[in-house]
Amino acid sequence: MAILPADEKLIDVVAIENRDEKLVYQRPVSLTDVYTHYCPGCTHGIAHRLVAEVIDEMGLREDTILVASVGCSVFAYNYFELDACEAAHGRAPAMATGVKRVHPDKIVFTYQGDGDLASIGMGEIIHAAARGEKFTTIFINNAVYGMTGGQMAPTSLPGQVTTSSPFGRDLALCGAPIRIAELLSNLDGTAYSVRRSLHDARHIIQAKKAIRTAFEAQVQGLGFSIVELLSTCPTNWGMTASESMEWVKDEMIPVYPLGDYKVAPELATRR
Amino acid sequence: MAKELLKGNIAFAEAAIRAGCEAYFGYPITPQTELLEHMAKRMVDLDRVFLQAESEVAAINMVYGASCAGARVMTSSSSPGISLMQEGFSYIAGSNVPVVIIDVMRGGPGLGNIQPSQSDYNQVTKSAGHGDFHPIVLAPSTVQEAIDLTTLAFDLADKYRTLVFVIADGAIGQMMEPAELPEMRPLREKPPAWALTGAKGRPQNTISSLFLGAEQLEKLNLDLQAKLALMRESEVRYEEAYLDDAEVVVIGFGTAARVAQTAVKRLRDEGLPVGLFRPISLWPFPEKQLARLAERNPAIRSFLVVEMNAGQMLHDVRMIVGHRVPVRFKGRMGGIIPLPEEIEEEIRLTFESVGIPTLRKEASNGHIAR
Repeated sequence: MAILPADEKLIDVVAIENRDEKLVYQRPVSLTDVYTHYCPGCTHGIAHRLVAEVIDEMGLREDTILVASVGCSVFAYNYFELDACEAAHGRAPAMATGVKRVHPDKIVFTYQGDGDLASIGMGEIIHAAARGEKFTTIFINNAVYGMTGGQMAPTSLPGQVTTSSPFGRDLALCGAPIRIAELLSNLDGTAYSVRRSLHDARHIIQAKKAIRTAFEAQVQGLGFSIVELLSTCPTNWGMTASESMEWVKDEMIPVYPLGDYKVAPELATRR
Repeated sequence: MAKELLKGNIAFAEAAIRAGCEAYFGYPITPQTELLEHMAKRMVDLDRVFLQAESEVAAINMVYGASCAGARVMTSSSSPGISLMQEGFSYIAGSNVPVVIIDVMRGGPGLGNIQPSQSDYNQVTKSAGHGDFHPIVLAPSTVQEAIDLTTLAFDLADKYRTLVFVIADGAIGQMMEPAELPEMRPLREKPPAWALTGAKGRPQNTISSLFLGAEQLEKLNLDLQAKLALMRESEVRYEEAYLDDAEVVVIGFGTAARVAQTAVKRLRDEGLPVGLFRPISLWPFPEKQLARLAERNPAIRSFLVVEMNAGQMLHDVRMIVGHRVPVRFKGRMGGIIPLPEEIEEEIRLTFESVGIPTLRKEASNGHIAR
C-alpha cells in the first residue's frame, strides 16, 4: 500500500525489510523519484522506463546527456536523473549535435514526439541523420499533437479526426502520413532505424531490446540511431487506456509496420 | 605581435580562435562567409569543433547545445540569417548560457542585397527574440577594433552568462587593413560547474527556458533584469572626439562613424566647432554619458545622427537628448556608405539650422560642398 505524503515521494508503509522477499523490480536509478504529469494510459511512462532501464543496465547514467523536446515530454528532464537540456520545438537534433560534438565521449539522446520531430523539426532530424551524428533519438509516434490538445500531426492516420481535422484527415488536402523510420533508413549516416510498439507486454520487451541496440550503436560510434515507438494518447484520442492500446494494434500498425528498416552490419547479431 | 594586413572577416575568426573559442557552428551567407571558411580550416587544424549547419536555425541551436555542454562557442551570420536565429537567441537568453555572435550586416529588408548596411541595430539591440532580454552589442569601426571587441565578447559572455553580439557592416567584414592579433590564449581546463557533462558524483544539471509557474517565471525575469541592470552600469563603451567646445555633435557607430570622423576632421580644419560621439556598446547604450554630455556642454546646439539605415539609433538619441536640443539625421540605405562630403554638407546644414553660418566655399582639401 502506498500513500502520498506532502513531499510527493512514494513511501511503502509496509516494512519490507522484515519480510522474506527478493527484490526483482524497482525504479531505475536513471529515473527520478517523482510522479509524472502524463495521463492515465499514456505510454510515455513506459518509454521513459525502458530508456532508463537500458541506461542503467549499460552503466551509462553518469555519462549520458538528455536533450528534451517540446510536446508532452517537455519535462522529461524532471523524470530522468541525468544531465539534461530542453530544446526549442523541433530543434533537439541540432542541440544534441552541439552537445555531442563538444562531448564525443558522452552518450547523448533526444526524446521527441511526432509533431516535434516529423513536422517542425523535420529539417533538423534529416540533417542530423545524414551527417551520421552519433546520438540516439527516441521517437514517440502517437499520431497526434498531444500537448496542445490533439491537433493533426504529420503522422495522423488517413481519416483520423483531430481538433484541427474535424472532418477526418483528408489526404488530398493534407497529404499522407510520414513514415519516419523508413525515411531515415535511406540516409547513409543512419546506423539503426527501427519501429516498435508499446501496446502490449510482448511488444514492450521488443521495444526495450531495440532501445538497447540503438544505444549500443552510439557506444560503438556507428552513426545516428533512432527507435520509433508507436504510442498512445487516450486523452486526445477520446478513448480509454485499453481502447487506445487496441487502436495502436488495429489502426496504427497497418499504416506503420513494425520492423527493422536499417541495421548496421556491426549490430546485426544483436537483432 | 606585429601588425599584418587582415580582412575583417578573417580578423573576427582568428580573434575568436585566439580568445579561446572551442566550437563554431555556422551557415554560409554573404558578406561574412570568409569567417566561416577560416573557421572551417583553423578550428579543425586546432582539433576544435567546426560544423557547417543545414540552416541558421540549426546553427544557433547547435550553438545553444554546445554552450549548455560548457564550450566557449560562437556563430556568425548576416542580417537575414540573424532574423532566422532569433528563436535560438531567446532560448539562450532564457537559459542564461554564454554565446558570442558576429553579425556582418547587409542591406534589407527581405533578401535585400549584400552591400554594407547597419540595418540590424533595432533587431539586435531591441528585439533579438521574444521575451524581455537584451544581448550585449558591440560595434567596431576598424578591423583592429573588430579583433579587440571579439576578444572582449567572449569574456563578457562568460562573465554574465549572456549573448554578446559583435555587429559590423559588410565594409568592415570585407576590407583589409593593418591590425594586430593577440597571442593565442590557452583553452579552459574544464567546463564550468553548471555545464552538462554527465551527472557523475553530483546531482543532475538541467538547462531549460521553460518555467510553467507564473511566479517562477517572473522570478527568472527579475533575475534577468537585475543582470541587465548590472551590464548597464558596467559595460558601457564609447569614444569621444573634439567635444570640449563643440556646438554640433555628430553621433554614429561602426563604418558610419568612421566616415563621419573624416568629415568632422575636415570641418574642424576649417574652424567649425563640431565634435563626434561614437557609441561602441550599442546595448547597453551610453545613455548617461550622452545625457551628461548634453548637460555639461551648454554650447551644444544640435546633434546629428549618421547611420547606414533609416534612423534606428536615432530614436535612442532623441529619447536621451531630444528634449534639450534638436536632433537631425542623415542616413543612407540599400547598402550605400555615405561619402564624407555628404556628411560634411549635413553638418553644415545642422549648423545653419541653429543659426550658425558656415563658410560655403571651395574647401581647403579640394572637395566642393554641394
